[in-house]
Amino acid sequence: MFDINIIRKDFPILSKTINGKPLIYFDNGATTQKPKAVIDALVKYYSEQNANIHRGVHTLSREATILFEEARKNVAKFIGASEEELIFTAGTTDGINIVASGLNLPGGSEIIVTEMEHHSNILPWQLWCERNNGKLKFIPLNKDGTLQVEKLNELITPNTKVLAITHVSNTLGIINPVKELVKTAKEKGLIVLIDGAQSVPHMKVNVQELGADFFVFSGHKVYAPTGVGVLWMNKNWISKLQLVKAGGGTIKTVSFEKTEYADGTLRFEPGTPNIEGVIGLAAAIHYVNAIGIESISNHEHTLLEHATKQLNEIKEVEIYGNTKNKAGVISFNVKGAHPFDVGTLLDKYGIAVRTGHHCTQPLMSCLHIPGTVRASFAMYNTLEEVDQFIEALKKSIKMLS
Amino acid sequence: MTIKEIEQEIIDEFEIFGEDWEGKYGHLIDLGRSLPKIKEEYKTENRIIKGCQSKVWLHSEVKDGKIVYTADSDAIITKGMVALMIRVLSGQKADDIVSAELDFINKIGLKEHLSPTRANGLVSMIKQMKLDALALSRSTNYEPPTKN
Ligand SMILES: Cc1ncc(COP(=O)(O)O)c(C=O)c1O
Repeated sequence: MFDINIIRKDFPILSKTINGKPLIYFDNGATTQKPKAVIDALVKYYSEQNANIHRGVHTLSREATILFEEARKNVAKFIGASEEELIFTAGTTDGINIVASGLNLPGGSEIIVTEMEHHSNILPWQLWCERNNGKLKFIPLNKDGTLQVEKLNELITPNTKVLAITHVSNTLGIINPVKELVKTAKEKGLIVLIDGAQSVPHMKVNVQELGADFFVFSGHKVYAPTGVGVLWMNKNWISKLQLVKAGGGTIKTVSFEKTEYADGTLRFEPGTPNIEGVIGLAAAIHYVNAIGIESISNHEHTLLEHATKQLNEIKEVEIYGNTKNKAGVISFNVKGAHPFDVGTLLDKYGIAVRTGHHCTQPLMSCLHIPGTVRASFAMYNTLEEVDQFIEALKKSIKMLS
Repeated sequence: MTIKEIEQEIIDEFEIFGEDWEGKYGHLIDLGRSLPKIKEEYKTENRIIKGCQSKVWLHSEVKDGKIVYTADSDAIITKGMVALMIRVLSGQKADDIVSAELDFINKIGLKEHLSPTRANGLVSMIKQMKLDALALSRSTNYEPPTKN
C-alpha cells in the first residue's frame, strides 16, 4: 500500500529544516535520500556482518559472501535480469567506462549517442574516439526535446558499431523510445548500451525486454548509498568484453607468466568490492519492491502533472521538454531570470532544486540556454510540497522582476 | 574611505533587515540592478571568471595608481554580490586589496555565497580581483598613487 505519510517517516532526513523551513527536496535526479532500512542495513553490516568476501573459509566471510551474492540475485531480479549477467560497479559512469574501454572496437569505428546525453555517456566514447581515430555522432532533437528517432537510420554507416542512449533524460525527464531505437540498431548489427540512471528509479525496467547489450545504472539515485552501481550485460558479453581492470579475486590461477581468469561476472569485479554499498543497494531495492515500483511511478506522475499544470499557469515560466511521455523530472526557466537566481531564492525558501546545465552541455547549446531550474521527484514528495514550491517560485519571480 | 570603513558601512546598511532574508536579497538585487554598466567591448571571453554557474565578466585597470574594477553578470543575485565587491575594492590601493579579508560577507549573512561549490563564483571572483590588482601593480608602466 502506498501511504505517503508512512513513507516519509522512513526517511530521517525529511524532518530536517533548511533556513528555518521544512526541507523540500526536489533534487532527486542528482541523488535520492535514503530510507532508514538502507541506513540500518549499513550499520548492521558493520556491526555484525563485516568480512571480506569470496576469500575466507571462516564463518563471517562465508556469510558476508552469501549476503553479497544474494544482493546480486535480488538486484538482478529487480531489472528482469539473471544474476549471471549482473556486475557491480561504482555507478553509471563507471559502468559506461568499463564498456567503452572493453568493447575492443576496430580503430575508426563510429559511435552514436544523442544530443540529450549526460556527459557520462559522451565523454567515455569521446575519449575512445580520440584515441582510436573514431567518430562520435549525435541523434538530434526535435524542438520539444524529443529525439528525432528516424534520424538514427541515416546516421548509421558500415563503420558504425555502437549506439549508446539514455533511457530517460536527466535534464528533461523525457522517456526515450528505447525499444524502437534498439530494434533499428540491432537490425544494423550495432552494439547497444542503455544508460538507465534516470529510468530505474522511476519506472519498471526489464532489461531482457529492452533487448540491449548493456544496461547501466547508479545505486544512489534509487535510494541506495553512493559509490555502487550496476552493469548488466547480455550473457554473450560476459566472456567477450575485454577487461579494463584486473586484480585480486578475478582469477582461477595466477603465475608470473600468465593468469587464467575466473568465469562469469567475478572477472569484472577485481579487488575488494564495495560490499557495504552492494548490501545497501539490496536493502534499497527491497524497500522499493515493498512499496512497489509501479505505485512509485504513479505517484511521481501525479506530482509531475500537478507541477506541470501549475507551472504552465505562470506566464513567466517556460518548461523544456514539455511532452507526454516523461518521468518525474521537470526543467524550466523564468523569463528574464538566470536559473542561478531562481535556484538561490528557492533555496532560501527551503526548496532544493538543481540549477545549471545538469552535465548536459550539448543539450543546453541545442536549446540555446545557459541552464535550467530542475525539479525532480521521488516517492516521498507530496502534492503539498509541489504547492509550496509553486508559491515560493511565484514569490521568487516577484523579487526578480 | 578604507576597505574596512566601506565594509562597516555595508554591514550597517544590511543590519536593518535583521533576519528578513527577503529584504536582504531584495536589496542585493537592487544593488545588482544599479551596478554601473561595464563597457560592451570588455565583455569578452577572456574576462569571464571561470567557475561560476552564472557568468561574471571582470575588467580591471589602473587609475591614478589605484585599481579600478568594472564588472557584469548574467545573474542578478550574482551581480548584486559583484556590486558589493566593487564598492569595497574598486579605487583602493593594490596592497590593500590583496590583503583585504572581506569578512563583511559573513557579517551581512551572505556567507552561503562563499561556499566552495563549483556553482558559486564569488570565491573565484575575489581571487581574480586580487590577482588582477597584484598583476597591475607589478606591471612595468605602473605608477603608484601620488596622494593617499
Ligand atoms: C542520465 C545519467 N547518466 C549518468 C549519470 C552519472 O551517474 P553517476 O554520477 O552516478 O555515475 C547521471 C547522473 O547524474 C545521469 O542522470
